[in-house]
Amino acid sequence: MDDTICAIGTLVGESSINVIRISGSESINIVNKLFNRDLTNKDTNTITYGFIMDKNEKIDEVLVSIMKSPKTFTGEDIVEINTHGGKMAANKIMELLLTNGARLAEPGEFIKRRFLNGKIDLIQAESINDMIESRTEAARKMSMKGINQELSKKINDLKDNVLPIIANIEVNIDYPEYEDAVIVTREIIKEKMSYIQDKIKELVDTSENGLIIKNGINICIVGKPNVGKSSILNSLLGEDKAIVTDIKGTTRDIVEGEITLNGILINIYDTAGIRETNELVESIGIEKSIKKIEESNLILFVIDSSSEFEEEDKKVLEEIKDKKVLVVYNKTDLAKTKIKELDKFESIEISSKEEDKIDLLKKKLIEVLHLDDITNSDFTYISNARQIALLKKCLEITYKIDEEIKNEIPVDLIEINIKDLWETLGEITGSVYKDELLDEIFSKFCLGK
Amino acid sequence: MNIMKFDIVVVGGGHAGCEASLSCARMGKKTLLVTGNFNNVADMPCNPSIGGSAKGIVVREIDALGGEMGYNTDKTLLQIKMLNVKKGPGVRSLRAQGCKVNYPKEMLKTLKNQENLELLEDFAKSLIVENNEIKGITTESGKTIESKCVILTTGTYLNSDILCGHESYKGGPHGEKNSMFLSKSLEENGLKIIRLKTGTPPRILKSSINFDEVTIEEGDKEPLTFSNFYEATYDVNNQRPCYLTYTNKETHKIIMDNLDKCSLYSGMIKGVGPRYCPSIEDKVVKFNDKERHQIFLEPERSDDIEYYVGGFSTTMPHEIQEKLIHTMDGLKNAVITKYGYAIEYDAIDPTELNMNLETKKISGLFTAGQINGTSGYEEAAAQGLMAGINAVLKLDNKKPFILKRNEAYIGVLIDDLINKGITEPYRLLTSRAEFRLLLRHDNASIRLTEYGRQLGLINDEKYNIYKNKLKMMNDLEEYLKNNYLEVNKENNEFLDKFNSSKIVSKIKLIDLIKRPEISIFDLLDYLKYDYNHEIAEMVEINIKYEGYIKKTQNEVNKMLKLEEKQIPEDINYDKVRNIATEARQKLSKIRPLTIGQASRISGVNPADITMLLVYLKKEYNND
Repeated sequence: MDDTICAIGTLVGESSINVIRISGSESINIVNKLFNRDLTNKDTNTITYGFIMDKNEKIDEVLVSIMKSPKTFTGEDIVEINTHGGKMAANKIMELLLTNGARLAEPGEFIKRRFLNGKIDLIQAESINDMIESRTEAARKMSMKGINQELSKKINDLKDNVLPIIANIEVNIDYPEYEDAVIVTREIIKEKMSYIQDKIKELVDTSENGLIIKNGINICIVGKPNVGKSSILNSLLGEDKAIVTDIKGTTRDIVEGEITLNGILINIYDTAGIRETNELVESIGIEKSIKKIEESNLILFVIDSSSEFEEEDKKVLEEIKDKKVLVVYNKTDLAKTKIKELDKFESIEISSKEEDKIDLLKKKLIEVLHLDDITNSDFTYISNARQIALLKKCLEITYKIDEEIKNEIPVDLIEINIKDLWETLGEITGSVYKDELLDEIFSKFCLGK
Repeated sequence: MNIMKFDIVVVGGGHAGCEASLSCARMGKKTLLVTGNFNNVADMPCNPSIGGSAKGIVVREIDALGGEMGYNTDKTLLQIKMLNVKKGPGVRSLRAQGCKVNYPKEMLKTLKNQENLELLEDFAKSLIVENNEIKGITTESGKTIESKCVILTTGTYLNSDILCGHESYKGGPHGEKNSMFLSKSLEENGLKIIRLKTGTPPRILKSSINFDEVTIEEGDKEPLTFSNFYEATYDVNNQRPCYLTYTNKETHKIIMDNLDKCSLYSGMIKGVGPRYCPSIEDKVVKFNDKERHQIFLEPERSDDIEYYVGGFSTTMPHEIQEKLIHTMDGLKNAVITKYGYAIEYDAIDPTELNMNLETKKISGLFTAGQINGTSGYEEAAAQGLMAGINAVLKLDNKKPFILKRNEAYIGVLIDDLINKGITEPYRLLTSRAEFRLLLRHDNASIRLTEYGRQLGLINDEKYNIYKNKLKMMNDLEEYLKNNYLEVNKENNEFLDKFNSSKIVSKIKLIDLIKRPEISIFDLLDYLKYDYNHEIAEMVEINIKYEGYIKKTQNEVNKMLKLEEKQIPEDINYDKVRNIATEARQKLSKIRPLTIGQASRISGVNPADITMLLVYLKKEYNND
């Protein structure tokens, strides 16, 4: 991390000013070599006017901002050069920087340095990464909550509730003669842990929403061949993405598209109709369909209302019976038959010919997926697999503690699990600062002879 | 020229110095102990107690390894009790009131009778160092002492200042001469010196205390010992009690009105003091919502002249100290025999040391005790013992003796010191030990006595006692595993007495003890099995808490796995990509030997360890 990195921070060619950012211990020296005035004696947080020079040639008239370590974005020395717009100046300056000792920054490298220099915690770093990758407004909002430390705040609030219990138990052990400290009993632990457990549960329960906001929802359209799956996909997307014919087995590979419903990304996959076939290409397509079904949050099971519930339909049902299913009775303009075997699922009737039926389908999807509930809440969700796994571990630990309280285990043994809980919470934010405990002990209790 | 030659020289005769010189001599090295005043060896300049939470276990460990502190305390104590008896087994610890006259006297006797050990009343002046290797010391009286190893155990005497009110003067604890030159010599040899502070309360005349106004606190009624080998010799019914009194609003008002007069709040003190040992001024200022603070009156000596005013460490001028003492119940007419004061002293940054307590910069120079930034007699003695052992092992070209964090509090202490460094004088606390369920009072000799024997510090007599205990333990365990409680009326009545559910088929005794409500003592009494209380207790802990012990052992195994991953000595941390700046600096400075050690350095986070592992795998093909 000793090298100095640089990158253009603006969209070259589109903005009227371009900003080039350089970060690292050599940043000031490198820019100084290219500048017509001395930058080495400038104070931090100052702006200097001048020219970027290539030997004796003036390249551009610029403003140079100097920000010195440690109070900067990355924690390192940073120089920012404001150049004129257009491609030429910025690109030429970049070239000069690279030949004078700077290295082109990798994607996300400024943020990585920010984390490594202790400027942000792990949740924030992960959130910034999510932000860059976010494809919908809801995902952006959620990662913003992470960057703004709302999530860290929730986790830290839990830690702040756990730590005093540990500190108090330690004080009881290390200073048994002191009257000031309340003696922590199992009853006290039980009472305090119940709040903590509820809060962790809440975060775990809503983590599914977080994943949905971040990754979107996968919907898989299934059904026996030629029931109109591809037409439904095309209607939802508002474009002709899948080839529609009357020939069974037209769709052989998975066709996918995405739409946004209530700000949530919906990935829609149209699959090959599932049936027994000897044809190699089609059977590979069917295998893929089955795999896609497993990965989906919701299955649209399309039924041709004009035909009977056949052996082929039953085959499809077998594949999806444990999933969340919305039955789509298609072609209801031709006939209307409800099928008894599908009564346990939600259903909607739809004619592939009428435009407003698609709107009804979208509404139905919002209802079935509870998208209103997700987007109306405060967006402080846990959406990262690492964070979710750790939080689930925390919840397990609280159950273990419940058990120990019931079994009348001595408090200092229960404390082993309380400490485990505290450290696991710390792992979520990436801060493992062991001395916190001693600080807590000596700031809260008046101890010592 | 006045030249003397020894294998090992120990400088300083406090708790660290006594253990260091005894272990060197017992392991067969020609040893010299240089100390300023013979009558001051093993001195207790502050509180008159030995042990306490965690510290009591350290004393047991010192004893189990063949050190002297435990036995010397047993011989001279005024009162003893077991702390935390109502809590779980992992946190019990002994605390004794020592005798400030007899403890040093007995220790001096032991030192004088020790084969291979000579004593010299003098002060070390400078180190003799050639090519980063220690060659000996010179003394203030002009002697040159040549030796292959030097162990510095100078306590708070290095360049120390005594402070009280606005006055300060150069000197050691209670009016002793300090060591003026040595710290300069250390600095000249490139060691980083830090400045620390500690303090002590006034002492008062016993005859001037009104005992009707204070609460009495007695010792335990069963005989207890720090020794893992020998029975108690003191009279259980003739222990000196401690007493409890309190500060009050008037005390606090006088303190607040006179804050500018004490050394601490007038800005005279530059050194960092320990948070766990605050002065009464600090307590009143920082916890101003408290209406009163506990003050402990503790006996200092068997002739019962003086009492120690525990919890009342102060740097107020003498006349204010008088006023303050007289505000408290029981002390309205108290006569102060010694006033409280603070002491500032030089210490070595302990990150200058290797795990064997040898300095990284000067081969053969070891340091132990308060010079390494610790506080407490027990912490000092433990380091003294370890430094002594390791100096001998170095001379014999043997591998260093390093206790791991899962083996002893001593291991936790040294590992913390050299990896984390210190920002205040270091005290052992149970919260510092992650495996404290394994580091118990009861099993100290099981953990450590074999080591002591191998090192040559446990004589045949002690070893036989230890072996016999092991056998008794084993016998009892076998008995419990191989015998049953049969189903009959009498047995079920016994169980019923403890609200324990009746048995319908015969049950192994060991399984009965797993029931929380059945104690091993009740069961063995009922079965008329003749047992030793200490042994039975240990066996019971192993049975009742088996699940927790196993869980802790799993954690230990995880740590040990990381401990096995060696870091090459020539590693260049600048080349490890993507580790945080602070971690890079700390790793470069401390240069840990294993990944486990690296992970315990403060400021090194798990993410850094991962990157380090990636680097090692790539560069050294190290799995």
